[in-house]
Amino acid sequence: MKTFLTTTAIAAFALAAPAMAEIRIGASLSATGPAAFLGDPELKTLEMLVEDQNARGGLNGEQIELIAYDDGGDPNKARTFATRLIEDDEVVAIIGGTTTGTTMSILSVAEDAEIPFISLAGAIDIISPVKPHTFKTPHTDRMACQKIFEDMQKRAIGKIGMLSGTDGFGASMQAQCKDVAPDYGIEIVADETYDPKDADMTAQLTKIRGTAGVQAILNPGFGQGPSIVTRNYRQLAIDLPFYQSHGVASDGFIDLAGAEAAEGVRLPGTALLVADLLAENDPQKPVVAAYKAMFEEKTGTPVGTFGGYAHDAWLILTDAIGRAGSAEPAAIRDAIEATTGLAGTTGIYNMTPEDHLGLDLSAFRLLEIKGGKWTLVE
Amino acid sequence: MRLTTKTATLLALVALIALAPLFFPSAFYYRVGALIFVNGLAVTGIVILTGWAGQISLGHAGFAGIGAYACALAPVHLGLHPALAILLGAGVSAVLAWLVGRPILRLKGYYLGVASLGMGILISMVLNNERDLTRGPDGIDVPDLGLRAALKTAGLDLSNGEFWYALCGIVLVLGAWLALNLHDSPTGRALRALHGSEVAARTVGMDVPRLKLQAFVISAVYASVSGSLLALQNRFITPDVAGFMHSVEMVTMAVLGGVGSVAGAIFGAAVLTLLPQMLTVFAEYEQLVLGLVMVLVMIFLREGVVPSILRKLRGTGE
Repeated sequence: MKTFLTTTAIAAFALAAPAMAEIRIGASLSATGPAAFLGDPELKTLEMLVEDQNARGGLNGEQIELIAYDDGGDPNKARTFATRLIEDDEVVAIIGGTTTGTTMSILSVAEDAEIPFISLAGAIDIISPVKPHTFKTPHTDRMACQKIFEDMQKRAIGKIGMLSGTDGFGASMQAQCKDVAPDYGIEIVADETYDPKDADMTAQLTKIRGTAGVQAILNPGFGQGPSIVTRNYRQLAIDLPFYQSHGVASDGFIDLAGAEAAEGVRLPGTALLVADLLAENDPQKPVVAAYKAMFEEKTGTPVGTFGGYAHDAWLILTDAIGRAGSAEPAAIRDAIEATTGLAGTTGIYNMTPEDHLGLDLSAFRLLEIKGGKWTLVE
Repeated sequence: MRLTTKTATLLALVALIALAPLFFPSAFYYRVGALIFVNGLAVTGIVILTGWAGQISLGHAGFAGIGAYACALAPVHLGLHPALAILLGAGVSAVLAWLVGRPILRLKGYYLGVASLGMGILISMVLNNERDLTRGPDGIDVPDLGLRAALKTAGLDLSNGEFWYALCGIVLVLGAWLALNLHDSPTGRALRALHGSEVAARTVGMDVPRLKLQAFVISAVYASVSGSLLALQNRFITPDVAGFMHSVEMVTMAVLGGVGSVAGAIFGAAVLTLLPQMLTVFAEYEQLVLGLVMVLVMIFLREGVVPSILRKLRGTGE
């Protein structure tokens, strides 16, 4: 009897073996730590999408196994996990690097091992200069600056004040905005900063308001800082046009700043935030609506831009594996680079050997907060 | 022949480092090993300062930050070879430790803890905010050491993981050897004497502030070199390396393994480097388990894991 059972078990295993073949995909995300508000929705998104894909029969007939580690936002840990994913777990591709710091750590490991890597972090340095195996899904902060300045140009704004956070996001965007401002005939007449942990920015705002000729204020920042700036802005009754960055493009920002204070704030955001307002024939409409419905049903929390970055990384990767018809890292890499016209939540991706981001300015929608809701600025 | 603690510790360390790769299931473990050695080196410095001289530093990550950024910046701005940048970082750390320690260590009590805490936070703020130089919180690339390529031309082709495992292992053995020599030297004995009783040490004519200062400077150099090795190994460094939590981590490693013994401290570094890797499945409970381990060690093995167990073993043997 015992022998019979064993034999059956072995036979069952042998039969099951071909179906057990699986594609192993790695992820190192900052699901805890200071960047958890980015990493947590990213991880939830990936887990949800893998489950969904497997339920639909996997990819190329193979099941997908997601191996995800939490690097807590520590670049040193991220590098260790990247090594572990490649050497120990033998993944065919890596998604991750929630922050620029963790991304840069994973990047060199992935490039050494020639494993395709899709980052979820913002900085332009990740893909410029282009590295053969590194791609990313979020638009760069430079593009956010360009989108904002484009709108300012339309409103005939020529002189602005900037108030930036001193964290990685704020600092990087501050530098990029200063760099591209002359292209749009915009002069930065006041340039102030705040620490992300500061509780009051009225001093900096008062100084900017007092600067001669300021026509608008831009606040590149991330996390809770911009909410405080927005509240202070209303408390000081400054009536200049006020711009925020894509770093706060989530409902959480409106909640934290208060609908009243956030009234009239403009910022560049993704289609995801205004899913219901998109035109029926908008190519992003179906993918945005599907992701929003799935994420909100699964987690009970509203979708945000950051989970959308993970969604798009997954989309690009599975699309590439599907087209390559193989899960060999080299084949996946080539297929990712050949991605064309792929509509994600962030924008429509067209990768080339020179462009490993594949988004243009149309990926950003200029949004304005009205009555506590996002609206599209035409 | 009876082995001295020094020889026994060094032999055990060399044997472990040399034999461990035989049991590695994959190349990933070279990375973990190299991290253990880097942490072990920093923690050896803590043993000299805290275990022997009885002083507490809560800002040692600041020195690691100096060592790390020396390797990132000196080759680019000063044209120094990265290997020389390690020495430059160690030199800067030593001078800074001397400047901070000299006035502070004339005072009795735990003033060094407070002063070093402030110093560590200041270094971390400078690295975060001096963006034109350090590129800020997003971090900066670190040049290649070049030694691996040189070995390759000499006919020794090591993978990146193997190379750093070997190099960090060798540096750790050297660091441990120097520390153990110091332990048995007149300076080491004087340090332990002042830890035992500062009044007694003063009475027999020891220059107490000077001895403490020496210990602080030496341990700063250890931390700085460990930061340099980490930066060169990762090829990329962010100001996190100088963060307050990293300082606390170093002290925790030393206390867990046994702050009075080099072997214990390295053991502590190994445990606290390995645990997060072993606990990835329970990532949410990682802090809980670490806390529990610390509390249990504090209650049942007060001198740290290694010294307490050795004492028990000797106790039954004699």
